[in-house]
Amino acid sequence: MQHNGHSNGNINLSRAAHTHNGHRRRMVIVGASLAGLTAAETLRSEGFTGALTIIGEEPYLPYDRPPLSKEVLTGWFPAEHAQLPRHETLAGVDWRLGVEATGLDLAAKHVLLADGQRVPYDRLLIATGTRARPWTNPTEAQLEGVFTVRGRDDAHRLRERLAEQPRRVLVIGGGFTGSEVASVCCELSLPVTLTERGIGPLVGALGGVIAERMARLQRQHGVDLRTQTTVTSLQGDGRGRLCCAHLSDGSALDADVAVVALGAIRNTEWLRGCGLAVGSFGVACDAGCRAFDINAIVTDNVFVAGDVARFPHPLFGYQFLALEHWGNAVEQAKVAAHNMICAPADRRPHVAVPTFWSSQFGINIKSVGVPSAANKVVITQGSLDDACFVAAYGGKAGLVVAAVAFDHGKWLEYYRHLIERAAPFPPARPVHKQHRLGSPVSARFPDPREPTYDATVVLTGYDPNEQRVEWIPRTHAAATPHVLVNA
Amino acid sequence: MSQNIPTSTDTTLLRQIFDYANRANPWPLWARLRAYPVCWQEDGPDQAGTYVVSTYREIEMLLHDPFISSDLRNSSQTAGRPRMPNAQYTFISLDPPEHDRLRALAMRHFGPPERPAYLEQLRPEIERFVTTLLDQVQGQRRIDLVERFNYPLPVMVICRILGVPHEDEPQFHVWVSTLIESLAERTEAADRRREQALTDLNQYMARLVERHRQQPGDDMLSRMATDAGPEGRMTDQQLVTTGVLLLIAGHETTVNLLGNGMLVLLRHPAILERLRRKPELIPAAVEEMLRYDGPVQFLPSRTALDDIPLAGMTIPKGTLVTLALAAGNRDPARFPDPDHFDPERRDNEHLGFGSGIHSCFGAPLARTEAQIAFPELLRRLEQPRLVVDPPPYRPSPLLRGPEHLLIDIEGVSAAKEPLAHYARR
Repeated sequence: MQHNGHSNGNINLSRAAHTHNGHRRRMVIVGASLAGLTAAETLRSEGFTGALTIIGEEPYLPYDRPPLSKEVLTGWFPAEHAQLPRHETLAGVDWRLGVEATGLDLAAKHVLLADGQRVPYDRLLIATGTRARPWTNPTEAQLEGVFTVRGRDDAHRLRERLAEQPRRVLVIGGGFTGSEVASVCCELSLPVTLTERGIGPLVGALGGVIAERMARLQRQHGVDLRTQTTVTSLQGDGRGRLCCAHLSDGSALDADVAVVALGAIRNTEWLRGCGLAVGSFGVACDAGCRAFDINAIVTDNVFVAGDVARFPHPLFGYQFLALEHWGNAVEQAKVAAHNMICAPADRRPHVAVPTFWSSQFGINIKSVGVPSAANKVVITQGSLDDACFVAAYGGKAGLVVAAVAFDHGKWLEYYRHLIERAAPFPPARPVHKQHRLGSPVSARFPDPREPTYDATVVLTGYDPNEQRVEWIPRTHAAATPHVLVNA
Repeated sequence: MSQNIPTSTDTTLLRQIFDYANRANPWPLWARLRAYPVCWQEDGPDQAGTYVVSTYREIEMLLHDPFISSDLRNSSQTAGRPRMPNAQYTFISLDPPEHDRLRALAMRHFGPPERPAYLEQLRPEIERFVTTLLDQVQGQRRIDLVERFNYPLPVMVICRILGVPHEDEPQFHVWVSTLIESLAERTEAADRRREQALTDLNQYMARLVERHRQQPGDDMLSRMATDAGPEGRMTDQQLVTTGVLLLIAGHETTVNLLGNGMLVLLRHPAILERLRRKPELIPAAVEEMLRYDGPVQFLPSRTALDDIPLAGMTIPKGTLVTLALAAGNRDPARFPDPDHFDPERRDNEHLGFGSGIHSCFGAPLARTEAQIAFPELLRRLEQPRLVVDPPPYRPSPLLRGPEHLLIDIEGVSAAKEPLAHYARR
């Protein structure tokens, strides 16, 4: 099967197992989760037969994360059952699991590992994703009973603890993960308090109108919801166990479990100083998933996919999008893998419209587009009061930029088409006779300069390099940008 | 609307598809329609004419378009024609919010979120039905698969689910056949036959619902008739029409999935053999059957609630729209080499069950039945060969499938216990 491109006379050197000077072609993927696995499967199914290495920090084969904050916590199935199915096409992979990548040497084309090994590559895919943002005070974060939910082990430990019937669970942060955990607590009949800095749950992701509806919904389900409230400190009982939390309104709350759900941090520290355009929103890449370096020059052998990628999107004026969605990880990994091995003229752009879903409090929430790019919202179908509706979001340019459905997900394809063809906002007509189209109201997203934690899709501007750079022209050598602030 | 009618297309293609002479091979006609993604056809299910949408992308758009209605009362073309009483509209011919409420009231007793494990629990029973039917043809060398297996299996299953006594089958079979056949015929006599059959079916179902209300069992009719859920209960009339809908849709389509599926396998003995040896490929093969030759060829009777611009045309408000699923499923712009039956096709998001809010209610059941039936058919029927090709077809161009599927076999292998472990996840 080597040089399989020869059989049909259509020689594709990238896809072939060997390079022109004879060494076995090496693809290295850093990150052994959804994006990394999908990319590996795509490389193999598109005919790449050379060496394929997948490096993963956790000791586990790739697993699926959405159930970790839902079915695993309710006890429907254990965390280890979340393992992702692997296609039979995925043969001959060198899995390096349980070892962290600590550096990248672009010149030597080596990935540096924590155990001191150097892994050479011809093409590299960065798919290191994100991790949970830890509690701000490291000492308090060590208290027994303080959890985050990101990985399999986190979910397993939290499940065990919830099964012991804690007296009260405190959820810190009302984004998707926090709200899902609160929903699970209600399902398990556990007393739960949720603190949210903004006016309601999901405000950063879906805006104020829906956040207020979510707030009502949570309270109806028995959540002790504290909006515009933050946790100032966590207190131990003297034996290292969480017993109490102090809130910004001056009150104290007895709780023996705290789930810290303050959003995610991109896993880019290992790339610091390597020369790629790395910032707090991830690694910037072009529409074909090729990474930019700090000079905004596109690399031709380093690719990015999944939560750690920051990529320009044509539907949003080629602003760089940063998003943390299951579907994006899959689609982007397929495009990246394809582009890693195809002929330059066959490269594809990653242009999928962002989508995501969540299930909480008995409601199926689905979204298409970038809600946080909107300033107006209108309910186009169903009813906000019944928590069964579609809301269309409009941006400053008067175009539909997103839609969010509560138990109405089957309509979202229509709105995806509206977004794709830049349809005007607000929609001109009511959808059904019964529905009276209201006037669009302010979508009420928090000021983007405020820390909002829970927007999982963000427009991050036009600059490939998030880091602020200062131009220092040199007399003889080429100009070199100098990093002033490391974001 | 006349200024909108394109003159370049052949406006009789749909009529030709309705013509029984083209029943065995409508594919060249669907392909010709696809050349005009949105086009007016002078003859539809009821001679009033209809826009036909035949390319995957455009069909998929309209399946999710809230300005496409499933309620014929919104059509200006049907104005002045006799209408069903309001109460007889089932959720397939209603729009939100009535549609959503009625469908949810039925789904509560059938699937997730409220009854996620139900179909899984039915599996052993379906496996027993399959075994029984195949045991019954043991010793025979020539069988009509439709008569002996494809028809009786889905009937047994839907009777079990709804709580319809299986011994009533000869009775309701006559009414259902009359109904289905009259869909393709557009005469006053056919209308009268359809009316009569529907009246008879409704009366039968009303008695059945009443009986289940008095003595509820573990079946959908009983559960729906005694529902005490937060969303309320269907009216008596809704119970009857929903019961009739589920009874008919619950078996008529699956008969054709099994028939069309076996036909394509018999025409491709190498694939049949491969699937026999690797039954784990069958779930994907069933999806390919649904794409390649699905049981529902098109969705008639949709109506544009507003002018809808699409593929360079405008479908005017109030006109009838037909969504040609069969054509979309073979759209080369969506499926590479679409006329090729590839049981291992990837990215096979076919339109066999429709999509959007009206996507097939019984799809999980149809999949379950087919995924249980095919491995056993292939394992137990020894060297099956098609006797007549093409086989005689049922009259309907809409619910299209073989009337008879005569095969020769060398024998029927023994049943095995436990059955079909590979059909489980």
